[in-house]
Amino acid sequence: MKAAAFAYARATSVVNALELLAAHGDKAKVLSGGQSLMPAMNLRLLSPDIVVDIGGLAELRGFAVKGDVLVIGALTRHVDLLGSPEVALHAPLLRDAVAHVAHPAIRNRGTIGGSLAHADPASELPACVVALDATIIVRGPAGERRIAATRFFKGIYETALSPDELLVAVEVPVAGQGSTFFFQEYARRHGDYAIVGLAARAVVAGGRFTDFRLGFFAVGDRPLLATAADKLINASVTAVLLAEAATALADELDPQEDQQASPAMRRHLAAVLLRRCVAALLARPELEAGATR
Amino acid sequence: MSVPVSISLLVNGEPIDAFVLPRLNLADFLRENLKLTGTHVGCEHGVCGACTVRVDGEIVRSCLMLAVQAQGASVETIEGLSDSGEVADLQAAFRERNALQCGYCTPGMLITAQDLLKQVSMPDRQAIREHLSGNYCRCTGYQAILDAVEATAKTRAERRA
Repeated sequence: MKAAAFAYARATSVVNALELLAAHGDKAKVLSGGQSLMPAMNLRLLSPDIVVDIGGLAELRGFAVKGDVLVIGALTRHVDLLGSPEVALHAPLLRDAVAHVAHPAIRNRGTIGGSLAHADPASELPACVVALDATIIVRGPAGERRIAATRFFKGIYETALSPDELLVAVEVPVAGQGSTFFFQEYARRHGDYAIVGLAARAVVAGGRFTDFRLGFFAVGDRPLLATAADKLINASVTAVLLAEAATALADELDPQEDQQASPAMRRHLAAVLLRRCVAALLARPELEAGATR
Repeated sequence: MSVPVSISLLVNGEPIDAFVLPRLNLADFLRENLKLTGTHVGCEHGVCGACTVRVDGEIVRSCLMLAVQAQGASVETIEGLSDSGEVADLQAAFRERNALQCGYCTPGMLITAQDLLKQVSMPDRQAIREHLSGNYCRCTGYQAILDAVEATAKTRAERRA
């Protein structure tokens, strides 16, 4: 199908983009890479009056390390995250995740800012920024606003962004001493949206988690920072304790039924990913099998 | 309120100036305005890969890109790759291995396969499979397509040696 007719404006600067958004309000849509927006428009799920194309704003592209954060411009493409030495060093979770995002032709145009602003609950990068405790930087008529990733996602395709604001960057805390990461998802075909996925960041010292953040995706209306991980922090993880955490996780999740999976299947797969993640991060393969109590 | 926009771009090395409506996607611009019908339109939401072209040297979905976004870009279609001889050996291998079948997915497959072979000289079958995973073949010719890409990688490696 084809997109409905719309007017087009090519933003010449962030300020110009903000003026256009202020003038058109929620009748405007921001076009960055277009890899989620264009399908939605072609399927007539979205019919904006005007498309504000920010694709030419070089100021929004690229990486910078500032103190203990890695700043990633909103227009940084998936392919750039895959190939970036800064990402490999400071935020390898993003690189691991992007390998699961769609296919090469789509990764060449899709952007991190676009993915976060689109807020598909089954997509990878929103869960990563939640697990990494990142900060989303947005700019609007009143200036800059910093929003914790955990408070940014509000529901299916819903974020804390106002129609007159532009997502300009993401700040990711750099991986510190002992930081370790896990990313895995179940999908029917590599590159498809996940049935269930997990992006996790942990700090391990002396065989224990001193910090552990689980970002599950495709199990609810937004990426979920699971509290079930908390009981594994500063504890000696046994098969029994892990089984308790898996049960707590299943209670915590409220997955949707769709063509791909039932809520029960999603709960099961989430628990499998939790066990796999803990076993991998603690380098204790025996934990993956699960416990019989 | 939706008014045509003027664009200038290179298509297969040739300068093109046009006025296009914003809603026109790059695939339709190539097919309808320029009559370059080698670029195929399948799903129109980025799933099937039949519309894959190269923009500034990188493969993209031309159904998910507006023609107005190609302002100032260099677009290469299967006609360009074919006329220059860049994929002649790959095309021959597709014929020899019966990897064409109905031919609908072929332009996208060739451009995507060539993209991989430019980046990795000797990809294994898993790498080929993964790189082509965004391209659907409705005749289920996948094994033959993998064979053709693998065979081309080998011949190119031998030619270099």
